[in-house]
Amino acid sequence: MTKVNITINGQQLEVDASMTILEAAESAGIEIPTFCHDPELTRVGACRICVVEVAGARNLPAACTTPVSEGMVIETESERVIKARRVNLQLIWANHPQDCLTCEKTGSCKLQDYSYRYNVTGSPYQGEAKVFELDNTNPFFFRDLNKCIYCGKCVRKCFEVNGAGAIEFMYRGFNSKVTTAFDVPLEESSCVMCGMCVDVCPVGALTPLQGLHNNRPWEVEKVLTTCPYCGCGCTYYLHVKNDKIVGLTPNFEGPLKGHMCVKGRFGWDFVDSPDRLKTPLIKKDGEFVEATWDEALDLVASKFKEVRAQYGPDAIAGLSSARTTNEENYLFQKLLRSLGTNNVDHCARL
Amino acid sequence: MKENLEKNYTEDPFDYEAVEEVLERYQDEKGALIPILQAIQEAYGYLPREALEYAARQLKTPLSKIFGVATFYAQFHLTPRGKNIIRVCQGTACHVRGAAKIMQALREQLDLDVDGTTEDLKFTLESVACIGACGLAPVIMINDDTFGRLTPDKIAGILEKY
Amino acid sequence: MERRRILLCAGTGCISSGSLAVKEALLNELEKRGIADQFEIVTSGCHGFCEQGPIVIVHPEDIFYCRVQAEDVPELVEEYLVNGRVVDRLLFKDPISGEAVKNHMEIGFYAKQSRRVLHNCGVIDPENVDEYLAQGGYEGLKNALQMSPVEVIEEVKKSGLRGRGGAGFPTGLKWEFTYKAQGDKKYVVCNADEGDPGAFMDRSVLEGDPHAVIEGMLIAAYAIGADEGYVYVRAEYPLAIKRLRLAIEAANRLGYLGKNIMGTDFSFQLKIKEGAGAFVCGEETALLASIEGERGMPRPRPPFPANSGLWGKPTCLNNVETFANIPLIFRIGVEEYTKVGTERSKGTKIFALTGKINNTGLAEVPMGITMREIIFDIGGGIKGGKKFKAVQIGGPSGGCLPEEQLDLPVDYDSLTAAGAMMGSGGLVIMDEETCMVDLARFFLTFTQKESCGKCTPCREGTKRMLEILERITQGNGEDGDLEMLEELATTIKDSSLCGLGQTAPNPVLSTLRYFREEYEEHIYEKKCRAGVCTNLVSYFILPDKCVGCTVCARNCPVNAISGERKAPHEIDQSVCIKCGVCYEKCKFDAIILK
Repeated sequence: MTKVNITINGQQLEVDASMTILEAAESAGIEIPTFCHDPELTRVGACRICVVEVAGARNLPAACTTPVSEGMVIETESERVIKARRVNLQLIWANHPQDCLTCEKTGSCKLQDYSYRYNVTGSPYQGEAKVFELDNTNPFFFRDLNKCIYCGKCVRKCFEVNGAGAIEFMYRGFNSKVTTAFDVPLEESSCVMCGMCVDVCPVGALTPLQGLHNNRPWEVEKVLTTCPYCGCGCTYYLHVKNDKIVGLTPNFEGPLKGHMCVKGRFGWDFVDSPDRLKTPLIKKDGEFVEATWDEALDLVASKFKEVRAQYGPDAIAGLSSARTTNEENYLFQKLLRSLGTNNVDHCARL
Repeated sequence: MKENLEKNYTEDPFDYEAVEEVLERYQDEKGALIPILQAIQEAYGYLPREALEYAARQLKTPLSKIFGVATFYAQFHLTPRGKNIIRVCQGTACHVRGAAKIMQALREQLDLDVDGTTEDLKFTLESVACIGACGLAPVIMINDDTFGRLTPDKIAGILEKY
Repeated sequence: MERRRILLCAGTGCISSGSLAVKEALLNELEKRGIADQFEIVTSGCHGFCEQGPIVIVHPEDIFYCRVQAEDVPELVEEYLVNGRVVDRLLFKDPISGEAVKNHMEIGFYAKQSRRVLHNCGVIDPENVDEYLAQGGYEGLKNALQMSPVEVIEEVKKSGLRGRGGAGFPTGLKWEFTYKAQGDKKYVVCNADEGDPGAFMDRSVLEGDPHAVIEGMLIAAYAIGADEGYVYVRAEYPLAIKRLRLAIEAANRLGYLGKNIMGTDFSFQLKIKEGAGAFVCGEETALLASIEGERGMPRPRPPFPANSGLWGKPTCLNNVETFANIPLIFRIGVEEYTKVGTERSKGTKIFALTGKINNTGLAEVPMGITMREIIFDIGGGIKGGKKFKAVQIGGPSGGCLPEEQLDLPVDYDSLTAAGAMMGSGGLVIMDEETCMVDLARFFLTFTQKESCGKCTPCREGTKRMLEILERITQGNGEDGDLEMLEELATTIKDSSLCGLGQTAPNPVLSTLRYFREEYEEHIYEKKCRAGVCTNLVSYFILPDKCVGCTVCARNCPVNAISGERKAPHEIDQSVCIKCGVCYEKCKFDAIILK
């Protein structure tokens, strides 16, 4: 790999020639703010919050799209850079509701973080602010386009990772908005509700309905776990508050880079469902009554024996679940074969 | 979902012939979405939703992308338009020579706002960035005809020709 | 017998002034008199003098008739073509001396021009390839094909040609980058998405000499190793598209386009892509996105199109006028080409003169000429003898120059240093009746409307700048507005993604630089000295001039004017809506703006 020598904030570095300024800075532990950058997605250089000063350049280039070059001298927090970042944050605020007190994103919002970092208290600009109706037509998350900052990560996730292509930038300029074709509710579009857009949104424009008003980031413990739905093995962090699950964050560092499906992303609320079975039930006189595991397993074993004695082993079939692991599936087929049948199948085939 | 679309397709009175012809004409051309939309608009006078949905299925392109392109370019229209399109040039030369008054006269005489269409679908009134006939400012175009060196009192006479 | 050649301009400007009807009338009249065979009627491209259209030039005498209408034709034929008596009333009248001028080249508008790129425009029939060939067409290509690609690029570098689309990047260098870029497939793309309000150079070249652009693209394709190209033309230019299409067909037919061009291994096919109405597509990466069928949103550079352009392939992208310079370089040679121009800006530049100027039209001038020469010698000075105030150069991306900068040489570097830019070549001339704040507002309205919305500073910032300018022109400007404008302008310039945003604040910054006192008058004195910002002006009737004709009162839409017949009238300021109808209708100059 070709190396180049650069200077960032006075620090001399030797970095890969293929790196962007942002990557080079990260490698030296220098954090440059970004809204629209996602290492997994096409680089668009749209939000301009990552602009830096490069000696000899006329303008301030975006760190996320500009490659390093030999001898480059970069300032990531010069006066000129900070001024540009401040004005751009103020411009965003001119079109963004100031409702951080009740916004679900508070505490994990990049707009809030950077406003704090650069001491931006709001917008000095008066003028037209766009007003969009809240879209809460689907059961999983709501869209508040008033808070959209046009980073476009949701659009790129939807096109480049999911492939659903349900949402896109529509119209042009100040009037542009991220929405579906013909502006229909998400449920009527090609959206598959995977929720990946929700998890890359840097602000409160896309918010899960689960855990609403009960899920401040500093109140919850984040527990890393593996999704129980299928064998893919996606990992994520469950937000636990008072021993209850109140939310979920995908594990972007995991092998699946935080990719999720609708079941894994939103289908965890069965955990605390009052309808959930916690002990085996045995039907007695037409009514299910609670039983111990020993009672239940004895009953199942006796029924297997009965069926096998009366109809032969091929009368027994086993259907395994996609939510089980490979190892569990192996044991399951072994059990069925020990009963003398080869009738084993799996729900994922259906 | 698929079944549903096909059902709509057969019951719908929409005439798909033109969009089918357009898609066939451009089937081998790379990156032809914009010329396809131009041809659909040429055929139907605007971009009907049915035609766009049909094109999305045939081109195997997300409808959102087509809608995104259709709403980006000023040339495309998603609603039916008048038989005669009046474009009022807003270029620099026209601006300094009184384009605003020409626009005002048209709005009053047609009882329309900019981008509006008369109820009888006879006229649509639009503004256009610059049609490049600056020597004749202020200028309007009605369909492909250009009218230059205008004053508000000439408007009525011009509209009568259509 | 040699037939006399009658050139009839059929550019967009002259057509809309009725030149096709003139042609029809001329054919009929000559037919009627049985002398049609003595004349060759050629419909040419644009002569550049659109204001005076329709233009008819009779050769070999080179008599220049202007504003000719169909009903003038019988007289023209009888008096001049048959009896040889010049029809004085159809001659051009010098706006300053008032004298009629007979010959084409004696007209001030043409005398100081250096029509090299435009040498065919208005001279040949653009729809007839033979006429192009007769003027040395495709000789440049022939010469280039005898060189190696590297030699071709070297010639272009030596010519000093810089991009005519605005930024002035050296063309030879761009070709060299594209030549050196790795790629199994390369493209040549011509940017004909001329969108600056007030600019029509590219349209005129395409309408008047389409083969020159094709020839320039061919030479570029040969140099960089491309076999496919696109011309991206605005859909608003139907005539240019039609003539270009005819020219491509002819070039294909004659083997200048297609496979094995002029018997060599070089092959090139050329297609037209019509734009769909988005100014931002003049930005090169947005233009490429648009050809690919995407929303015309600019992409970050690097990678530059030379390395990764159309469909990710190395792409050489130049504008119409740049390509039109190329055949000239290869036909007359670098030495001859570089005799015109300055040290760092070689050749000529075509400008479109519009606004408050006598000779509206298209002029090709040598680089290094002064702005004063362009405006006063070629442009014939300010309309109505009014006082020159400023010239906006480079359209919405450019800046304005005041009177004291008029002797600046017109070249890339001097203009940039003065806070303007060469831009694509639109010159809008303004007189004392132009309000500079309103002008800045007008350009911001345009750029704000055309912002693609991708990046924050341009999408949000131009909107806020426009709102501040609207506030100021409506009389609601506040202390601190100018500082806020400057802060926004700096950030938008510094941090926008593409050229549109990076240059959008220029009209505001340059008017602030040269006309700050006008802004301050609007804000602090609520006064618009040009009388343009209606909220800041009032109409008054001068009692000593008013004869009481009642025309103003009868035309006032809100009945704000009262007065007895034959006695001075008065305007009720509380009712007046400042529509200006009274001002226009008064025949006695009795109504003034204050």
